[in-house]
Amino acid sequence: MAFGSRKPSTKSAAGGEKGGQRRGLFRRRKVCKFCADRIDDINYKDVKLLSGFVPERGKVLPRRISGTCAKHQRALRVAILRARQLALLPYASD
Amino acid sequence: MSARTYELIYIMVPDANEQQVADLHAQVSGIVERMGGTIEKTDPWGRRKLAYEIGKHKEGFYVLHVIRGTGDVMKEIDRRLKVTDGLLRHLVVRVDERQEVADRARTKRQETSRRRRVARGLPAERQPGEGPQHENDDDADVTYDGSEGEA
Repeated sequence: MAFGSRKPSTKSAAGGEKGGQRRGLFRRRKVCKFCADRIDDINYKDVKLLSGFVPERGKVLPRRISGTCAKHQRALRVAILRARQLALLPYASD
Repeated sequence: MSARTYELIYIMVPDANEQQVADLHAQVSGIVERMGGTIEKTDPWGRRKLAYEIGKHKEGFYVLHVIRGTGDVMKEIDRRLKVTDGLLRHLVVRVDERQEVADRARTKRQETSRRRRVARGLPAERQPGEGPQHENDDDADVTYDGSEGEA
């Protein structure tokens, strides 16, 4: 339950999550960048934005890594495909 | 046929001179005018590095047009550009629908935020002193935020 809501209900967030995750790492909660930044239109011309979702190999960064919501991932994919056609982004690198 | 807004981007060879750029522009605008459309914006991005080589080229000369017209106009332009020399790529994208969706999402978000703020007894607009944390209290739930944008 504590995992689902972001609202830190005072102490439960601090105490509860530490018990679940050891290893000294804090896993940052993933949030869809487009929802958080209120980006309504994912534009294929915005290379700076898109390149953040295209790792070195040139593939589309999967949702499980980036935390992008399904709706925006779909739009993102289309934008990346278009940008590739115009040689703004690579199809594959290496 | 109803008029729609399209974006046309084409990439010319990097060594294209001004004459060639002007010629191609004249060709495009000729088609648009003849078929009853209008060019709303022309934005030459200029030379830009390509993400991958096309043919032997590593750079390209990008030009963006925003064109209002029917689908037939774009069809004709597409057909012509396909057989034009000195072009590396071109792409036609319809933008009006996407734009509308984005506008609707924005208006809706603003309205919701305003309504919630009023419901909580706050002034409808965000005050200068409020931190970003405060604003996020409204839609802390990510799943909710996602569905909010649905138009």
